[in-house]
Amino acid sequence: MTIRETIRINGLVMAIFFLFMLAAAAVYLIPLYVMLVNSFKPLSEIQGGNMMALPKAFSFNYWYQAWATTNIGVQATGLRPYFINAGMIVIPAVAASTIMGAYSGFVLARWPFRGDKLVFALILFGCFIPFQIVLIPSAKVLGLLGLSGTIGGLILIHTIYGLGFTTLFFRNTYKAIPTEMIEAAQIDGAHFMKIFRLIMLPLSGPVFAVSIIWQTTNIWNDFLFGASFGNATTQPIMVALNNLVSSSTGVKEYNIHFAGALMAALPTLLIYIFSGKYFIRGLTSGAVKG
Amino acid sequence: MRSKARKHITKDELTARAVLLPTVILTLVFVYGFIIFTIYISLSASKMMPSLTWVGIDNYIRMFKLSHWMTALKNFGIFGVLYIGLSAAIGLFLAILLDLSKKAEAIFRPIYLYPMAISFIVTGTAWKWFLDPGIGLERIVRSWGFAAFRFDWIKNSEFAIYTVAIAAIWQVSGYIMIIFLAGLRAVPHELIESAVVDGAPIWKVYTKVVIPQLRTAFLSAFVILGHMAIKSYDLVIALTNGGPGRASELPSTFMYSYTFGRNQMGIGASSAVFMMVIFAMIIIPYLRHQVKEE
Repeated sequence: MTIRETIRINGLVMAIFFLFMLAAAAVYLIPLYVMLVNSFKPLSEIQGGNMMALPKAFSFNYWYQAWATTNIGVQATGLRPYFINAGMIVIPAVAASTIMGAYSGFVLARWPFRGDKLVFALILFGCFIPFQIVLIPSAKVLGLLGLSGTIGGLILIHTIYGLGFTTLFFRNTYKAIPTEMIEAAQIDGAHFMKIFRLIMLPLSGPVFAVSIIWQTTNIWNDFLFGASFGNATTQPIMVALNNLVSSSTGVKEYNIHFAGALMAALPTLLIYIFSGKYFIRGLTSGAVKG
Repeated sequence: MRSKARKHITKDELTARAVLLPTVILTLVFVYGFIIFTIYISLSASKMMPSLTWVGIDNYIRMFKLSHWMTALKNFGIFGVLYIGLSAAIGLFLAILLDLSKKAEAIFRPIYLYPMAISFIVTGTAWKWFLDPGIGLERIVRSWGFAAFRFDWIKNSEFAIYTVAIAAIWQVSGYIMIIFLAGLRAVPHELIESAVVDGAPIWKVYTKVVIPQLRTAFLSAFVILGHMAIKSYDLVIALTNGGPGRASELPSTFMYSYTFGRNQMGIGASSAVFMMVIFAMIIIPYLRHQVKEE
């Protein structure tokens, strides 16, 4: 039931509200629109014309250049290798942090022990910290492990600093499963792993979706860790994109920059469009008690 | 009690603890151990490499004498107030509008929220172009015939931090809207109905009845915005890179440049500890409240 059914608002006022919402939508969409139309225009049209105008000489060329041939740093590789880097970081880090989070969440929700709330609070605190506080020791430890500037090092860092969120997601979900189901299984002689497999896992589809989508979005969009612990060949997409758009040598090829930025945004944007429900659940479960 | 509890520990409980152990150890080392390590570095003579030579609070004293740090702090004040205040106001307002119509919510909610799914590097880049007087907004408005229109904040030392705030508010306000929308749905209808029956005008129903019921949502919104404000980093890098000059530096960009760019690791660590303290002041009371409530 919406509030509308209780308070009466006349049609004219509602129409004004609707126009206002439409205007707000335009504000949110304009940066995306500007990038999109200008990613298909030749540079002369961008510099000489209106940023809002549709392209006169439409071309996919700038997308191709951003992907495969433009200079990133000193290498004329396009963004492609850094897309692959990000993928190579995202897949194992998401898998590892989600699986560990599922087990940890199960324990914290269902196997009480002395101080379990404190442990949960300590883990939870860890997922919100400003990562600047761990940058120096992380660099040192990655160096000691021989993982400086490697994909492996970034996988490790993202897995560890993702554990707080994944544990939170699973713990809150498993907390809500009726106790009777677990007790019945225990009476039938099921043990820890079996209860997890037979009772928890079949109910875990949505929370796996939340965890995977949240972690994928966060790690794909990461800049700070990538910039700190990657190097010229292992940097992930957002670091490469920033190098592309902020390089100060030569003419600024805005069309290629726009194409590159949209390309980098595309994976998480598509996830959002097709699984927004789970993304929102991830956003709110850290905030509103799940 | 203790020995009794130990006697009754089952094999399953043991398995459970073993399964939780890796997460606990990783958290203790990589979160709490590292925090302590950084605090130690902030009290040491570390320059390019970590050093164990103790110098007490020298780095903090030197940091607060740096004009860069004072600029970063002042910017954080301006940015923090605008970011928290305006994002909460816009988020609440949009939530109230969307709450009035299911159809409007279905259409507009995904549009208002999508920036949260995109990297700050991408949105920062988009806003950089859009705010660039040479090709962006200023030029468009001029082309409409307003030849005297000026909007060059991004190139202006005094106003660059406001452009960071604009882009950041644009990106986060949809998220805050979601928080308020959930809060609005939980307001008891009897309260609203009785206000309506009493003949209160709509705006009064909101200011006197609905908004005071949103205390939890406000608390969540302020905690989210507060901790995101202190962590803001990528957006500044992509939008202004701390410039022009160092005019739009925040504590986060200061930390990075002093630690990794200028080889002043002790001072960099001090700024990280400062950020951590601000963060803890925002989040610890909230976490305590959350965990206790269960």
